[in-house]
Amino acid sequence: MATATPTQQQASRRKAPTGYRDDTRLALLFILPALIGFAVFMIWPTLRGIYLSFTKFNLLTPPKFNGLDNYIRMVQDPVFWNALKVTLYYVVLNIGLQTVLALVIAVMMQRLTQKTWLRGIVLTPYLVSNVVAAMVFLWILDYQLGIGNTILAGLGLDRLPFLSSDTWVIPTIALINVWRHVGYTALLIFAGLQLIPETVYEAGKIDGASEVRMFRSITIPLLRPILSLVLIITVVGSFQVFDTVAIATRGGPVDSSRVLQFYIYDVAFGRFQFGYASAMSVALLAVLVVITFVQYRLTRAESSDLA
Amino acid sequence: MTTDTTPQVATIAPTTTVRHAAPKEPRSFNPGRALAWAFMILVILVSLFPFYWMLRTALSSNNALYAGSHSLLPVQASAGGFERVFGLQTGQEAIDAGGAGQAINFWRYLFNSVVVSTLITVGQVFFSAMAAYAFARLQWKHREKVFAFFLAGLMIPAIFTLLPNFVLIKQLGLVDTLLGIALPTMFMTPFAVFFLRQFFLGISREVEEAALMDGASKVRVFFRLILPMSVAPITTLAILTYIASWNEYFWALMVSYTDKSRVLTVALGVFKSQTPQTGPDWSGLMAATLVAALPMLVLFMLFAKRIVNSIGFSGIK
Repeated sequence: MATATPTQQQASRRKAPTGYRDDTRLALLFILPALIGFAVFMIWPTLRGIYLSFTKFNLLTPPKFNGLDNYIRMVQDPVFWNALKVTLYYVVLNIGLQTVLALVIAVMMQRLTQKTWLRGIVLTPYLVSNVVAAMVFLWILDYQLGIGNTILAGLGLDRLPFLSSDTWVIPTIALINVWRHVGYTALLIFAGLQLIPETVYEAGKIDGASEVRMFRSITIPLLRPILSLVLIITVVGSFQVFDTVAIATRGGPVDSSRVLQFYIYDVAFGRFQFGYASAMSVALLAVLVVITFVQYRLTRAESSDLA
Repeated sequence: MTTDTTPQVATIAPTTTVRHAAPKEPRSFNPGRALAWAFMILVILVSLFPFYWMLRTALSSNNALYAGSHSLLPVQASAGGFERVFGLQTGQEAIDAGGAGQAINFWRYLFNSVVVSTLITVGQVFFSAMAAYAFARLQWKHREKVFAFFLAGLMIPAIFTLLPNFVLIKQLGLVDTLLGIALPTMFMTPFAVFFLRQFFLGISREVEEAALMDGASKVRVFFRLILPMSVAPITTLAILTYIASWNEYFWALMVSYTDKSRVLTVALGVFKSQTPQTGPDWSGLMAATLVAALPMLVLFMLFAKRIVNSIGFSGIK
């Protein structure tokens, strides 16, 4: 991630101002626990995940190499393609709505009031788990008893089968996750806004620019690098949607909310086909790498207009 | 292991961001401003209403919810929902009230969640601090290369390591144990190391040099000087790690099978699947949901300012 570069340079410049002492043995001792954790639970599983994707593995007997079988099966599996489609649909809705809302909220927090209590309230939904969010909305959006549908009916509108119709289920899940994450995203953008010097706005005001005009001509262009970083982080997160689906719909109705991560879980723990599940994980990983790379290039995340 | 939909990559800014004073606006009425405030009030309402609704439903009698679905206050106020959650009602009472009648005891899950989150937080923060110190202050060969390697770990989505890690935890015989849930994130996350290293780099070298002159060892400097001077960022990191591990669902779901290792998120899912399909025990479910959410809400109330201000960007200009 782009976060690393400036600090690395900083570090090498700071190196040893007062004579060089070699701390190799002590350093080894200090990084040992972290290194073990890193090697055993991050590097090794990454390599092993890729290896398992070329095997037939049911967890009980040792994995058996079967070449490209899992990948061939994946390409021919309509449920996989459907899951990929559903996931993409979810990501587009979730990220589209969340980013626009978060941007508006962030700008308002910047321009209306910078009070901490307001940021605290906006962040509150982020403090509870996805499971809690799914549970409470399952209840609020219940067809007969939910307050959401009671309000709709009270307004003379039709009740909506939010989580039990194949048309509404993905938009609803996307909205539930917007509820939980929009405050967090808004605060990230807000932090980015803090980096834009107030003097730019003052100059705009002297020139008689309206708030809307300043938003378009100052905020958006100067915020671009931050915004693209926020997008990369949230898109990668959004692709991994699982919790809400597992609690609220279990992939249904039929396959209409069977997102990729839920299908992978189902194949691994429902049918014990760990090899095939790993192959789909590799596919998801590849999709994420490509999307991150494309986003990075498209939004020119590395260059700032502020410098 | 964080499979939370927003990974913590850019969560914390160790260096406080430059704060500009809020622009002084003239206090005259302005329709644009009024509209903006109306929008913000709507945002506040939507953010907080579900929490009120959990409480309102949890304090209602389940059988009265149908008739009282319009009521904004609890209908036939009762603590029955909470009693079912903590296993204080007999099976028959629970079934009569619309519950599943199966014995559940949330104290157990609460305890499990506390143990898992504490193990992860203490281990991860301490070991990451040690590594961060070695990367920030100790002189050794290949230091920058090893650090770059650690940082590359930021790019591996947590979700990708879950399946192979489960296989490993199973081979270690740790499935369905609290240690098995905690182990993969107990040693480090690349983010924690990166974050603390940033902060350690900012600590003045002079104090450290002085202590070394006085004959203190580097180990002593770390424990007696660096750690005490870093209480603020370490607390922030610990709170965020605690919240993330408390809210984790996917990984815990893979590893725990029985009450022995069920954490609150997983237990909530099980509780939900046990409730009658027709006419679910909503007041019991909402009571359970509230119990699961409450500890983090309390933590947030205690540390709101610190948590809110910690969200930002580290290392980016």
